[in-house]
Amino acid sequence: MEKNKILISHAPHIWKGFSTTKLMYVVVIALLFPAAASIYFFGYYAIYIILTSIATAVLTEFAIKKLRKKRFIMDGSAVITGLLFALTLPPRIPLWMVIIGAFFSIAVVKEAFGGLGYNIFNPALAGRAFLSVCFPQEMTTWVLPPHFSYDAVTGATPLGENFAHIPDKLSLYKDLFFGNTGGSLGETSAMFILIGAAILFIFRIIDWRIPLFYVGTVALGSFLLGEDVLFQVLAGGLMIGAFFMATDYVTSPVTGNGRIIFSVGLGVLTVLIRNFSSMPEGVCFSILIMNAFTPLIDKYVRLKPFGFFKKKKK
Amino acid sequence: MEIVIKKKSVFRGLSLPENKVTAKVPIEELPVPEKVILPLQQSIGAPCESSVKRKDIVKTGQKIADSKSYVSAPVHSSISGSVSKVTKVLNPATCALMDALVIESDGEDQWVGLEKLFDIENSDDFSELKKIIRSLDKKKILEKIREAGVVGLGGATFPTHVKLNPPKDKKINTLILNGCECEPFITSDHRIMLEYGAKVLAGLYIISRTVMPKDIYIAVEDNKKDAIHHLEELIAKIGFKDIFKIVSLKSSYPMGAEKTLIRTILKRTVPMGGLPMDVGVIVNNVATAKSVYEAVIEGRPLMDKVVTVTGEVASPKNLLVRMGTPVSNLLEACGKMGSNVNYLIIGGPMMGTAIADIDFPVTKGVNCILVKEGKARVEQNCINCGRCVSICPMDLMPLVYVRYVKKGSAEGCRQYYIENCIECGSCAYVCPAGIPIVGYIKTGKSMLQTKKL
Repeated sequence: MEKNKILISHAPHIWKGFSTTKLMYVVVIALLFPAAASIYFFGYYAIYIILTSIATAVLTEFAIKKLRKKRFIMDGSAVITGLLFALTLPPRIPLWMVIIGAFFSIAVVKEAFGGLGYNIFNPALAGRAFLSVCFPQEMTTWVLPPHFSYDAVTGATPLGENFAHIPDKLSLYKDLFFGNTGGSLGETSAMFILIGAAILFIFRIIDWRIPLFYVGTVALGSFLLGEDVLFQVLAGGLMIGAFFMATDYVTSPVTGNGRIIFSVGLGVLTVLIRNFSSMPEGVCFSILIMNAFTPLIDKYVRLKPFGFFKKKKK
Repeated sequence: MEIVIKKKSVFRGLSLPENKVTAKVPIEELPVPEKVILPLQQSIGAPCESSVKRKDIVKTGQKIADSKSYVSAPVHSSISGSVSKVTKVLNPATCALMDALVIESDGEDQWVGLEKLFDIENSDDFSELKKIIRSLDKKKILEKIREAGVVGLGGATFPTHVKLNPPKDKKINTLILNGCECEPFITSDHRIMLEYGAKVLAGLYIISRTVMPKDIYIAVEDNKKDAIHHLEELIAKIGFKDIFKIVSLKSSYPMGAEKTLIRTILKRTVPMGGLPMDVGVIVNNVATAKSVYEAVIEGRPLMDKVVTVTGEVASPKNLLVRMGTPVSNLLEACGKMGSNVNYLIIGGPMMGTAIADIDFPVTKGVNCILVKEGKARVEQNCINCGRCVSICPMDLMPLVYVRYVKKGSAEGCRQYYIENCIECGSCAYVCPAGIPIVGYIKTGKSMLQTKKL
């Protein structure tokens, strides 16, 4: 005993051992499923995009931590940002744009606000929004999966066109579900996203409320507006947004009820943008807008502490 | 009528690795130590003033310090010998210095005369015992409890005679005996129920005579099946079948906390900032019940205690220890410690206090010494994951306190009801970022206290 230093620290002296770093890498593993789908459907170029994005994100974080004279922890959050950012990009985007976007995500959206835990907006989505403002042309150039045609043929994302007239609804749903359709890298295959989401649920990383209420609100809204509900749910970035982006801890509320308000807001905004704006897709911007509301929701939606109501009665 | 009722937990508790390695190890009496260090404040309330001087000769069980204040409990010598020193020891929980008396043993362990009303070890005539208890009136019982220095032994050390004498406007209709012992590692209450079951039940009966409740429950977590079974048999044997009920509770942390226990058993909500008696309940620990029995029937003051010594020691044990015995004596009795040990914890791993002084004395509030290897966690940024919010048994938002304490805002902490925190440590246990949330909350509470003054 004498040779060891006796340490003093606050209780509790045991802990669950599920650290931020572990948590982040479980998310990375879950994200590998949509990433694998993107490589399968859009070819090897997807690998370049993903690797460029992750490398830029991690290096940027490292450089900025060094500049700010802070300790750099390889906690995996930069890997997630890089990977998520890559998955929101169109399949044939030039790599230098990927570098700019990933740099913006980490440097401006995350580190400028104080690093992990302090950012207001989801870094990956803000990076995507930045690119779509800077390079609107490239950011809306979609290709159909090579299964349709081995020369990258430019095509529209399903949401951008009027698919309502297609008679063979079943094969349309099937393509949307398995991912055989145009769109951003990670968003096309609902099936692979759901496999990844299942991992998140098994490790209890995400709260079921956010995806349920988000997708539910979009379904209800589309139904009320007379849209094809299943199509609206499966198409576009809704699935990956609901399971992987809206559930980001840092930028979503902490209380259960706050999360419900947050995700219903997301759903309403997504339906509004999809139906009444000039943009075909609204997941990215709805999440960014609701991110801005998160501090406000957290301020007003609080838990009632145990034993609170009795005092009120007095 | 069934004696055992089963209850599930109604709050989202933690299921912790139990590590109750000493559950089957019988209580062993530690030899009388050569010296004891007796702090003069071992309970909540006013510190006592010593009634002995240096070089005075004291006997085992002699009162050596008392206070005129009502909320206070006297301190008794736990060995016979002479007072060698008046000193100060650091209270690790509050970091305040307490006055203490050091008594050197004369090796004879001479007791003061005890007036024993009933011999529970050698007599089976429990109706006689019940008759004796019924013949005592409330004032007499409370007086005896006070004189024996009995305090709540679950860890809070609230003087028992104060707890059992609630203000007139608080009608007590339920009494709960707390044998949950929900913290990992600790088994002292478990062994007490098994080895001193009759004393515990008789003590509970004495307690019930003071507050005259309608219902009496004995709460035990279902990981102590043998204790439940043993108490069930004893209740039938002694003839408490009509008045005592055992509640077998789903093991879940922090089940043993008063408020969660009342919530689980009675579905009653203790108001914020209130006490169990505000909803007509009094909760007592099993070790307290045993001490109450010894105080009232045997006239024996609270001067020893069952302490679990566990963790990285060669043979973890449950020891019956005289108050004031230095922790080092207990550790010696349990054999060689692991080579990388760097934590000495008084109490359990969830709420215990780490101490730096190996000669710290066992006081009334100590029920476990945990010897542990480990390193301090690196604190990372809060990522807002909300795990602390969803696990909090008091429905608080622990992450907010961290933010406000860092900012230095006591007002912010108050707005989120920081006083309601029971410091169970669930939030810090689940925190992926390794933030010592309880440490921040304690800081926040003291910030608020300073502001109020």
